[in-house]
Amino acid sequence: MSTAVTRRGAVRESLLSRSAAMLVMLICAFYFLVPIWWLFVASTKDRSQFTTTNPLWFGDFNLFENIGTLATYRDGVFFRWMLNSVLYAGAGALLATLFATMAGYAIAKYAFRGREAAFNIILGGVLVPATALALPLFLLFSQIGATNTFWSVFLPSLVSPFGVYLSRIYATASVPDELLEAARLDGAGEVRTFFTVATRLMAPAMVTMFLFQFVSIWNNFFLPLIMLRDEDLFPVTMGLYVWNTQVSQIPEIRAYVIVGALLSIIPLIIAFLGLQRFWRNGLGAGGLK
Amino acid sequence: MSHRTALAGGALLLVSALALSACSTGGGTSDTDAAACTPSEGKVNLTFTSWLPGIEDAVAIWNDENPDIQVEVQTGPNGNGGTYKNFFNQIEAGNAPDLGQIEYDALPNFRVQDGVVNLADCAGILDAKSNFIDWTWNQVTFGEENAVYAIPQDIGPEALYYRADLFEAAGLDVPTTWDEYAADAAIIREQGGYITNFSQSDINAFAGLVWQAGGQWFANDGESWDVTLDSAESTQVADYWQGLIDEDLVGTVAPWTDEWNAAYNSGEMWTWVSAVWGANTISSGAPDTSGKWAVAPMPQWTEGASAAGNWGGSTTAVLTGSKHPYEAAQFALWLNSDADALTAMNKSANIYPATVDGASLPAFADGLDFYGGQKIYEVFAEAAKNVNPDFTWGPTMTQTYTDVADGFSGAVSGSGTLLDALKTGQDKTIAALKAAAIPVKG
Repeated sequence: MSTAVTRRGAVRESLLSRSAAMLVMLICAFYFLVPIWWLFVASTKDRSQFTTTNPLWFGDFNLFENIGTLATYRDGVFFRWMLNSVLYAGAGALLATLFATMAGYAIAKYAFRGREAAFNIILGGVLVPATALALPLFLLFSQIGATNTFWSVFLPSLVSPFGVYLSRIYATASVPDELLEAARLDGAGEVRTFFTVATRLMAPAMVTMFLFQFVSIWNNFFLPLIMLRDEDLFPVTMGLYVWNTQVSQIPEIRAYVIVGALLSIIPLIIAFLGLQRFWRNGLGAGGLK
Repeated sequence: MSHRTALAGGALLLVSALALSACSTGGGTSDTDAAACTPSEGKVNLTFTSWLPGIEDAVAIWNDENPDIQVEVQTGPNGNGGTYKNFFNQIEAGNAPDLGQIEYDALPNFRVQDGVVNLADCAGILDAKSNFIDWTWNQVTFGEENAVYAIPQDIGPEALYYRADLFEAAGLDVPTTWDEYAADAAIIREQGGYITNFSQSDINAFAGLVWQAGGQWFANDGESWDVTLDSAESTQVADYWQGLIDEDLVGTVAPWTDEWNAAYNSGEMWTWVSAVWGANTISSGAPDTSGKWAVAPMPQWTEGASAAGNWGGSTTAVLTGSKHPYEAAQFALWLNSDADALTAMNKSANIYPATVDGASLPAFADGLDFYGGQKIYEVFAEAAKNVNPDFTWGPTMTQTYTDVADGFSGAVSGSGTLLDALKTGQDKTIAALKAAAIPVKG
């Protein structure tokens, strides 16, 4: 009897809290999806329908024509920007993840003088917003004459203090010292141990770092704004921003900005959908332990 | 209040950043002066930053004709969108482009901070004065003797765009004075429309209206700045529009939005006082109204007068630190007065040239179908001649625009008035000038 009561009570409570949670989720989803829906609908309209039709519903479906004109405007510079962004964010996040994992692993697993001091200084870096670093970085790069180059945006992207923090915590928790000891006994060098043993165990954390860094490089707008003047080097965020400021001069550009904005979120969606599988696995594995 | 503190703090930060870099690089500013404008030896490569879409086409013509002076185009967002800040950073770091696009209202800021080179001693520059519409030359010399701080590129003379069909159907004549305009506004409101939309965020458009009324926002006597956002003419214009807002005779939609386009496209808005480049804004934002528009001179404060305002326009300046001011000046002069270059820029970016001959380019000769076949550029060519030559911009326009726009958006929603906003803008501008250690009265 008593168990049934508790069970029924539990069910009722969970139903209530479940539907409450569902409601909050639905509101959030609605709130986040409406702008994207608007963006998608707006991208499918031709210019004359843009102001004359309902902003949240379709006119004639011209998405592919719009993409076509975007592809030809200024010799398709938009796709060059997309490629740049993928390069800055993809290669940047990959290397940043590698460096951060190495640093975090070293701090977690090796005892050396100044270990805590080094870690605390890196941790301090988490608190400094990227925006605040852009101008000092510009002056630094100016000294070596490297502004307005690929490297001026790429090199600063390779640093991820948050990644170091995360990988230290993760390495401490998920890479057992015994395992490293065993690898050493088997004759593996430190580098080999790191790449064959540690990185496998730390993979979930690395995926998280990669995604975070990928998104933050993709969205880092201020640094390219200050560093770059050559249109061929722009990342897509910067390029679209530049176009958007030209709308009063050439009103037609507005359509390109909208279609471009839609296309520019696709790589982010791919990155998340493709990698969240690893992410979930990792979180699950951690939970079981 | 907090806004002002933040601004002053920002200025301080900027100043200290600049001071720092000046120490470390030895400063790039001291080694250039106007007297040194002589040709360089050998082949010269120049860099030119402009946000004009398609400017490469015009530059390509120059590069073909001048193999020894090659110009490379660099780009970025429009001036207030980041390029001006970049220019100042680059000037202090010593790697600014040789040439940069600078709007008229931003040029005083560059002048005050020694960001632009005085081109007066470069061959042929002073003589070029007669090629340009008088008032544009004042905008780049600031009335100083033996000084030319930039070459005028384009202008935005203003006129009245109006729905010829609706005015005719309502039996209204095109208003020639602001009094008639206000009277028409009441009649149009009764028919369910608005005579126009008051733009709460285009403060430079409002400045154009003050400009037309003969007012001044800034003056510089060579020693200090005088800020007069609340001058008599400015007050007159503010009170006029405040009256229209109070009686709900003008729309107050945020400009440059879909809603704003839709209001024009649907015929709710009947007129727009705007610059020559506005012709494109309407045809692109309100495609359903094709053929129904016409253009007339701006309404006047004094009956029978013909004063016009100006909204927008850029110059090409040689930035401090350029090693080739002579070649850069020659290029800037060519770019902004050569018929082929002007035609190319008009084609790619709809610019309306600042030269006297610009108005007779073939691009401006034809009637436009969107405007019922009217040769609208004749109206603007006339307006360009009737712009008050003495209007002066201040050295902190970005800040002034922001502060006044804050007040204007309050005024259209019923808190405060346009005049209050101008007075607040006045106080904040004086404070900002003081914070930047620029001498100012009051």
